[in-house]
Amino acid sequence: MSWQVFAQSLLFGIFVGGLYGLAAVGLSLVFGVMKMLNVAHGELLMLGGYATFWFFSLYHIDPFLSLLPSAFILFVIGMGLYKGLFSPLSKLHEEVKIKNSLLIGFGLSLIFHNLAIRLWTADERSVSVIYSGWGFSLFGLRFPFIRFSGLVLATIVILALHQFLTKTYFGKAIRATTENWESAALMGINIEKTSMISFGFGAALAAMAGTIVSVGYAIHPAMGLEWTLKALIVVVLAGLGNIGGAFFAGVLLGAVESVSTLFVGPYMEVVGLVIFLLVLELKPQGLFGKSIA
Amino acid sequence: MLSSHKKILLLSLGVSVFLALVPLLTKRNDFINILILIFLYICLAQSWNILAGYAGQVSLGHAAFFGLGAITARFLWVLGYPFFLAFLIGGIVAVVFALIIGHPALRLKGIYFAIGTLGFGQILKITVGNVLPTVADLPGDYIATYSLIPRYYLFLVLAVITVAVVYWINHSKLGLGMVAVREDEEAAKASGVNTFRQKMIALVISTFFAGLAGGAFAFYQVSYYHDLPFSPIWTFDALLITFVGGVGTIIGPIIGAFFYTIFKELFARTFPELHVFIFGILFILVVLLLPGGLVEMAARIRKLLTSKKAVAPTV
Repeated sequence: MSWQVFAQSLLFGIFVGGLYGLAAVGLSLVFGVMKMLNVAHGELLMLGGYATFWFFSLYHIDPFLSLLPSAFILFVIGMGLYKGLFSPLSKLHEEVKIKNSLLIGFGLSLIFHNLAIRLWTADERSVSVIYSGWGFSLFGLRFPFIRFSGLVLATIVILALHQFLTKTYFGKAIRATTENWESAALMGINIEKTSMISFGFGAALAAMAGTIVSVGYAIHPAMGLEWTLKALIVVVLAGLGNIGGAFFAGVLLGAVESVSTLFVGPYMEVVGLVIFLLVLELKPQGLFGKSIA
Repeated sequence: MLSSHKKILLLSLGVSVFLALVPLLTKRNDFINILILIFLYICLAQSWNILAGYAGQVSLGHAAFFGLGAITARFLWVLGYPFFLAFLIGGIVAVVFALIIGHPALRLKGIYFAIGTLGFGQILKITVGNVLPTVADLPGDYIATYSLIPRYYLFLVLAVITVAVVYWINHSKLGLGMVAVREDEEAAKASGVNTFRQKMIALVISTFFAGLAGGAFAFYQVSYYHDLPFSPIWTFDALLITFVGGVGTIIGPIIGAFFYTIFKELFARTFPELHVFIFGILFILVVLLLPGGLVEMAARIRKLLTSKKAVAPTV
């Protein structure tokens, strides 16, 4: 195996890893703020992808332009889902809350999956734009334009989120709620509103990842579970609620998976899952912070 | 108490005998097929119910054990071993895997157990799909002698035994220990319950029946992809059926399996998978509003009608 093959795999892995990271950051944000694990996160990503697909095929809007509208649609859907389904859980005891949020997310994932088959059929779809084949070479490595831009976009989004969380009042409210929601509530932070908007942000982040997937890769109704698993693996690697860490862990997972393809071929997904189980076993609970004592 | 026990026993016996007579009463294969499917779902859902409903360990990797039973039974049966032996070994292989992963898996609590078992199930599914990417076809002479009737009785007996085991668990000290773990593991431990042992026993019984259900599936289904029985869909089916029917109850998964199959058949031509959609919505409603599922709903209605004191299951 030449150096070039290895480096090229690594590069492609980093491209897709940026998307894992973007997806995981949304899941992590939601868990951090409301201690709920939304296993329908992959389906929200899928819906974002299909929103972009619809914008493109019905109105001929470029996917990079529809990124924000798609994210906004999912932001609204996310807030609605929170208000209708997840908010009633917020009063429950912590352990029951996590478990029930998992169950509700699970029910949602089945509903969205079947809805997507109904609306868009079970076929694989992809947005193919005029610049789909474009790219450039650097040091003998191929940089496909769309995947490269995807990584750049994901990085920009994460940096913007970081600025938002550290510099704005509302961002600080989100972080305060993540740290300790009871104290945050005592300090006058509206937990319900913070949770709802955070859930919307989580969905919007998933939608952005979905948009890039729809143009750089392909979308299909069954992709939700795959992406939920990826996001879960990443989030467990990084520690839930650790937003910056989730992005880097995502890039790491993408790189490891992609490079392992060279050695174990079709078992590359198993590699990620085995790492996931090992981390769950060897650093149990600790990775998820202090949520379960 | 004894009289209600006897009444239930007599009623179950009556239903079982009636179901055993069905193949004599009708020659309609579609009808037999629907009943087979109901029995399969009863067994699958009840086996999940033992682990999740009674011992409180929500497993999302149940399909792994269904798949292990299916692949073992099919492989041995096609090799020429008597089916019944292959079927039993399928259940045993599932248990062996449960014993191997049991210790590390049950150390994980709550959602960690759920997502951990989901990961485990996916590893098996991907591996089987890679090793055996082909369709599991039956040899010609097996197809030539294929008859629905023995399949019907296999599934019926399996469903009856699974329900009987759940009934036994429900009324035994073992079941009490499991429920104690489900309700509050720390308190159970403090009261002297060996919580790990309770969970392990639940896992073994649960996976044994999941494996047997997989073996029966391999006996019934003529042709399928080797990784199909490992698909997480089987886990999701079991979970939906159990929750919508009434998790942690004896009758719940039976009612759930019945409606699930009926919906599935009803919309099979016009809108396949609608039953999953409907059950997905019902499932969310159950989690949010009615933790006891249809069983609790029936109990509430009965309570309203008779205004007698009804005992609602608590989960």
